[in-house]
Amino acid sequence: MNTNSKLMIIIRRILHAVPSVIGIIIVTFVLTRALPGDPAVYFAGPAATAESIQEIREALGLDKAWPEQFWIYVSDLVVGNLGVSISTGFPVAEELARRLPASLELTLIALIFSISIAIPLGIAAATRPNSWVDQVCRLVVTAGVSLPVFFTGIFMIYIFYYILGIAPSPLGRLGIYFMSPPHVTGFYTIDALLVGDLEVFWAAFVQMIMPAITLGIFTLAPLARMTRASMIQVLSGDFIRTARASGLSRGTVLYKYAFQNALLPILTTLGMVFSFMLGSNVLVEKVFAWPGIGSFAIEALIVSDYVAVQGFVLAMAILYVILNLTIDIIYTLIDPRVGLDG
Amino acid sequence: MTEFFKHLKYVLLDNPITLIAGIMFLVIVVVAVMGSAIAPYDPLASNAALTLKAPSWQHWFGTDQLGRDVFSRVLVATRLDLVIAVSAVAISFIVGSFFGSLAGFFGGWWDLIVGRMADTIMAFPLFVLAMGIVAALGNTVENIVYATAIINLPFYARVARTEVNIRRNAGFVSAARLSGNSEIRILITQIFPNILPPMMVQISLNMGWAILNAAGLSFIGLGVRPPDAEWGIMVAEGTNFIVSGEWWLALFPGAALMLSVFCFNLMGDGLRDLVDPQQRT
Repeated sequence: MNTNSKLMIIIRRILHAVPSVIGIIIVTFVLTRALPGDPAVYFAGPAATAESIQEIREALGLDKAWPEQFWIYVSDLVVGNLGVSISTGFPVAEELARRLPASLELTLIALIFSISIAIPLGIAAATRPNSWVDQVCRLVVTAGVSLPVFFTGIFMIYIFYYILGIAPSPLGRLGIYFMSPPHVTGFYTIDALLVGDLEVFWAAFVQMIMPAITLGIFTLAPLARMTRASMIQVLSGDFIRTARASGLSRGTVLYKYAFQNALLPILTTLGMVFSFMLGSNVLVEKVFAWPGIGSFAIEALIVSDYVAVQGFVLAMAILYVILNLTIDIIYTLIDPRVGLDG
Repeated sequence: MTEFFKHLKYVLLDNPITLIAGIMFLVIVVVAVMGSAIAPYDPLASNAALTLKAPSWQHWFGTDQLGRDVFSRVLVATRLDLVIAVSAVAISFIVGSFFGSLAGFFGGWWDLIVGRMADTIMAFPLFVLAMGIVAALGNTVENIVYATAIINLPFYARVARTEVNIRRNAGFVSAARLSGNSEIRILITQIFPNILPPMMVQISLNMGWAILNAAGLSFIGLGVRPPDAEWGIMVAEGTNFIVSGEWWLALFPGAALMLSVFCFNLMGDGLRDLVDPQQRT
């Protein structure tokens, strides 16, 4: 009964994501059609004649009515067709798929870094509210969220690469002396481990440290603040007082009883954290010449390759919906209260 | 009102950080207004004899690759950055509170449609959506403002919706209704003034994010074009020189950006304590 109702809730959550996806598709459709001037003239290029413009208009379906254009757009999306990038000549979907692992690997490492700093910080602040620890925590996370990611990145390069010389050259995923590992997952660190090449693993990992910290610092604030708020609320609960009164050690009370209960609200802020991360990813990738989808989008923007840009926006939005959905499902699975009264 | 100032004084003294943020805010506003008048040099005047000079007494923040004075450029850029952020936030506030209030007051279809629109915007990673909007509308400063306004709309609409909704049957509203006011009139004259304090907190918290967002867009080459002075683009130009050791090109505009965002964020926190002490996190 219990697992059954949890399954129902998960199915309902998945259905809830459907309107978001529809909304996203409508918005990106409008964005691709909102190009200033006549898109056909734009796509035909500067050397176009009247006939070639007309040809392109028909090829793109721009001479048809809006609902029909939308239908064509959606049916293309269903088969994974995001159009062809004008700057590279390859299908946008292919370009994005090739670069996605680089961005995901970076984001994941950044997330791990951010969580491992923010949660202890939040707990420390929550156990001593309004003390100096709390004030320092508040100041640090506010400073973190005020730092433009591109600025943090540039100064890490200056300090650790230019002055101290301990960081590798901030260009791309691997130093020039290394061969990229055979492609399995596209995550260089995992691929290198799969073939047992520790040297490449280390090189790829070291290359990721600076961009990941840069990205992680920016997302400390929402995580640390939510941890603090959630812990303060849980710590004032009766069951914590009972646990303390029963003589349980401070560590057991904090981590076993309080933190496990505080975890759920923290999990829900991850959605916001991902929004921050996917956005700042673009900036971090530019600073560190990281060959991910963000760099691709910036290159496309510079040469006005709008098909590629809108393909990127759509892909990021879908990725974001999937991440949020995953968080929701994890929430449902680990929250013991869900499904009990349903 | 005296009650309010007493509370203000209490909050400022209790939390010196908020006081410092308030002073910083005043400095930023003065610089934004006076910018070009107090800048020691012309921010656009290049000087081939003085390219890439480190900070000195003549040029506090050094000079850039064209020999322009970085200090003057940072000062002058304050206005452009603030104008972009303030206009974007103003648009979000007006449009967001309008639709949010209607949704909260009338409920039903209004609520459904406004809620759905807000959800759709929130379904995107916001910075990415802003990139897409600027790419679609065209690469101008004006469109940076619109893009920043659109991605911030949902926050205002949501706050307005909640705050109006909890007041729509409050005692003073019933009293106004009984004395024969129309619903629209009640919304405008009775409820809206009451939701302003939480909206102000939202504005202050949002302003820093709006500045960062606009600077990020110009960092990747959208909106502001050289040779105009703007913090994001100055950091972007400075990036090319950081690996050869000319740190001052990126440091000073970046620090100005960081300080102003920091100031708005701290002020937002302070304002929230002032308006709603229970909400503090």
